[in-house]
Amino acid sequence: MYELRGVTKRYTRGKDTVHALDGVDLTIGDGDRLVIQGPTGGGKSTLLQMLGGLDRPSSGEVVLDGVDLAKLPEARLTRVRSENIGFVFQSFNLIPTLTAQENVETALVPLGVKTKERRERAAEALRSVGLGERLGHLPSEMSGGQQQRVAIARALVKQPKVLLADEPTGNLDEGMRDEIMEVLERMWKEYGLTFIMVTHDSSIARKAPRVATIRKGKISVKENTGG
Amino acid sequence: MFFTYLRRELRRRRKAALVVASGLALGIALVIVVNSVSNGMGKAQDKVLQSLYGLGTDMTVTKASEPSTSSSQRPRFQFDARNSDDDSTQSSDRVMVQGFTTLASSTVAEVGDQKGVSNAVGGLSLTVFKVSGQFTRGQFQQDQQGGGMPSGGPGGGSSGQPQGEVRGGGADFDINQYTVYGTDVTQTGLGPLTSSKITSGRTFKTTETDAKVVVADSAYAKEKKYKVGSTVTVKGVKYELIGIATADSGDSAANLYIPLKQAQTLADQKDKVTTVYVKATDSQQIDVVKSAIQKNVSGTTVTTSADLAKTVSGSLSTASSLATSVGKWLSIAVLVAAFLVAGLLTSSAVSRRVREFGTLKALGWKSGRVTRQVVGEAVVNGLVGGALGIAVGLAGAYAVTAISPTLQAQLGSAGGQTGGAGGPGGGGFMGGPGRQTAKSLEVALTAPVSVTTIAVAVALAVAGGLIAGAFGGWRASRLRPADALRRVE
Repeated sequence: MYELRGVTKRYTRGKDTVHALDGVDLTIGDGDRLVIQGPTGGGKSTLLQMLGGLDRPSSGEVVLDGVDLAKLPEARLTRVRSENIGFVFQSFNLIPTLTAQENVETALVPLGVKTKERRERAAEALRSVGLGERLGHLPSEMSGGQQQRVAIARALVKQPKVLLADEPTGNLDEGMRDEIMEVLERMWKEYGLTFIMVTHDSSIARKAPRVATIRKGKISVKENTGG
Repeated sequence: MFFTYLRRELRRRRKAALVVASGLALGIALVIVVNSVSNGMGKAQDKVLQSLYGLGTDMTVTKASEPSTSSSQRPRFQFDARNSDDDSTQSSDRVMVQGFTTLASSTVAEVGDQKGVSNAVGGLSLTVFKVSGQFTRGQFQQDQQGGGMPSGGPGGGSSGQPQGEVRGGGADFDINQYTVYGTDVTQTGLGPLTSSKITSGRTFKTTETDAKVVVADSAYAKEKKYKVGSTVTVKGVKYELIGIATADSGDSAANLYIPLKQAQTLADQKDKVTTVYVKATDSQQIDVVKSAIQKNVSGTTVTTSADLAKTVSGSLSTASSLATSVGKWLSIAVLVAAFLVAGLLTSSAVSRRVREFGTLKALGWKSGRVTRQVVGEAVVNGLVGGALGIAVGLAGAYAVTAISPTLQAQLGSAGGQTGGAGGPGGGGFMGGPGRQTAKSLEVALTAPVSVTTIAVAVALAVAGGLIAGAFGGWRASRLRPADALRRVE
């Protein structure tokens, strides 16, 4: 469970100070599915980075299961990321020189999983996203949708509590978008994840049970009855 | 995962890897060539020094310099007046001690008793001047106008005396100078003869302490057409030639070698030696032994190889200086440049991979693991550069050895005046036989590559990789995942 209390993030450029997040309070329960929307530069990605422990707030608390990520030392924060949080990025962020299977394995490396088990679990994760035939393929040999499925497999192979997706369909066409969203929703249900996704896509937002909108660092949350 | 990732990255960035490796290779190759050429210079210098007093000699002991006693030391030749009709050849041998000063034979034992001395052997260096030729009597020719008496006699020119003059006649003398070294035949392992190999016949037997036998230097034997079994006459004494020795460096210590006692008899220097050749028990303690001898054996000058090396000049010395100064600094400059380029390229490669490393950190990779990956790639680059550099360096060293440029070494031009090395040997070289004046030697340069040089090259390769890795690793470790992802999204 996430609890954000008075989270503020300021960036200073020269004499100007930009409030990417301005006193954000937010609670996200275990197994919730939250979509974050808002205009470009409104603070969506910044909020996602706070939730993922990739960045620290200027002030406030980001509490995950009773632990304030903002105050954790770097080593422990890294441990939290490696064990509990899966990331899916808009540009897939696969390592171009590694095969699909090896890319998925990278998420298990920090957990100290033995090579054989690592390979088996990576192969299983790829099979679960429909890429069982593509284990030895390089990212450059796959379509955008396939690459994003590899990224989803990488995020889920360690069985995290939280899945954070930053515009996961932003670089995909409509057909691919639906395919990826179908995979993500299936995984959310299957694994009982807390699923938080940033998107510009209103059609995706409409289907989500909760939608948070961020404008100029301020957040407002709306329950979506049709979701 | 480490090795798979590393291998794939190096393969993907092989051009950049090749640039880094080539830079390091150039530096390492230069280090190998300069090092091996320096080694070659050292060996050439050793060869030159060995030609002076043989293998294994750490130092020599000669009599300390004394003021010259002028004319008594100059060779004098005396020829008998002959009857008017006698035009026969006359010859005179003068045997002189090189440097004109000697030590008592007992000094050898005295030196040998010093702490740190493993062995001491005495030798007597002689120079023989042989003047041979004949006087031809002049013919008196009478003037056409005058009487039949020769002119120029007492009261010559006076009337009534025969008028005329002596024409023709004179002297035709050849001077032959050669060197003879009296060697202690009971200890042939030390002294000048060790720098030569017996290429024909045999060397002295330990029983031939006073035998009339001689070993000739090959060049001298060829000049004089001597062969094993020939008779060699020195100052009227006939010696049987038992062996021909060829000097390792091409420059022999003496023209002829005879037993020490025979040399002492020839020179009328009973129980005298010119030089004591000393081998120390520990080559690291030579200076200590030198001090001990100089302190305990009075009236002596001790010269070590190091003292002698200072007196070598000529192109060998110039090339040696070039190798140790210009070569060394050039290698360092190229290496530093190569390290910097490798570091900057690695750092730049990290900049291009911020998203990759940011993603890995987001996945939970610790900074240390990311840094290790970067350093690992850089070290492999360094090792590839090292292997290339070693190959190029070995080829360079092989080329130098194959071409074998000839270097000239001037020996003893300043030796008599420097560092007290100039003993009574004349010309400054510590009484070494056969070297009364400055001497020029030609030595072929080689470039031997030692295991140490290869080890240094490997160490440099690893160091280059680590330095490059440190640049990149430092940059990678400072990457914050949020910054890395923000910069590219």
